[in-house]
Amino acid sequence: MSRIFPYPLLTIALTLMWLLLQQSAGLGHILLGFAVAWSASQAMAKLQPHRPIIRRPGLVLKLFALVTVDIIRSNIAVSRIVLAGDRRETTAGFIKMPLELRDPAGLAVLSCIITATPGSAWLEYSPAESSVLIHVLDLIDDEEWVQTVKQRYEVLLLEIFR
Amino acid sequence: MNYDDVPLWAAILISASVLIGAALTFVGAVGLVRARSFYQRIHMPTLGTSFGAIGVLLASSILASMGEGRIIAHEVLIFIFVSVTTPVTLMLLARAALHRDRVEGSPEVPSALGKPSDQ
Amino acid sequence: MSATMLFWSISVAQVLLGAAMLVTLCRLVVGPRAQDRVLSLDAMYVVAMLLLVTFGMQANTVIYFEVALLIGLLGFVGTVALAKFLMRGEVIE
Repeated sequence: MSRIFPYPLLTIALTLMWLLLQQSAGLGHILLGFAVAWSASQAMAKLQPHRPIIRRPGLVLKLFALVTVDIIRSNIAVSRIVLAGDRRETTAGFIKMPLELRDPAGLAVLSCIITATPGSAWLEYSPAESSVLIHVLDLIDDEEWVQTVKQRYEVLLLEIFR
Repeated sequence: MNYDDVPLWAAILISASVLIGAALTFVGAVGLVRARSFYQRIHMPTLGTSFGAIGVLLASSILASMGEGRIIAHEVLIFIFVSVTTPVTLMLLARAALHRDRVEGSPEVPSALGKPSDQ
Repeated sequence: MSATMLFWSISVAQVLLGAAMLVTLCRLVVGPRAQDRVLSLDAMYVVAMLLLVTFGMQANTVIYFEVALLIGLLGFVGTVALAKFLMRGEVIE
């Protein structure tokens, strides 16, 4: 089974994407899309031996909701900083954050969340120290910032990918 | 399409969301010019790619669902595409910039962590 | 009523997005370093994509959306290649 469908989620997602691009759900398009998606998943299996396992799919929704709320908040915060310009002194700075998360897929998700949120950017990860360098646009308290990220995202990601 | 077919509440919703999206993108672009260092500038495009894009694409999908026929598939695809690719490009650029600054020995950049994460 | 409202809001949004492109163009010209230029080029691609979406809203055709997808794709590949170039000095190693 896992030989024939190495990445079932990827295959389904690619088929759906094909149908969205074609704007139709006819049988021919479904078959063709599935063929393309299946070959892509075979190619993926050849490329990457590590398979991420999602343990708690329910938590993905919670993570998604959290990220959406945080992105809205930081959108407003960053817009304020930009519009205030030089009148308000911002303290941008680098943070080195230690992480307990080791799973590559979890790290990839965390880095995308942090970079996609305006106001924080993931710069580089060191597997040796298992810590990450982050640039924050409006840094008030290093320790508090690290704790917020750890409690909001890392705990959830540790539960999802284990 | 005939815009008169669109009910008023939908028109208000569409206008508000397209204007918010465009305004956020514009603010992000202004921030790109105003910010002083590269590492501050790297935060600015995310304004346009997060809720700037959501606003414009949401407006477009509401308008499309009001009209006849056209499915909102493309907006969804564009949004997924933007939200997946932007963090990747920004992280790559940030690492390139870090690398360049370290090679030059710029004092504002922290030194490399542990071992270099490059292969 | 709703027709005039939609016409004006979409036009204003287009003006805003056009202005955003001009502003990022300023950063592209000013620099000061190569990574700033690449960053502003990347931002410009995204703004161009959104501008195309608003054109699509006006014209109500699918063509603009496909062009927008293509622009996004090219922007992604282009920025990745440029970032790679900045890091190593070569695109293909």
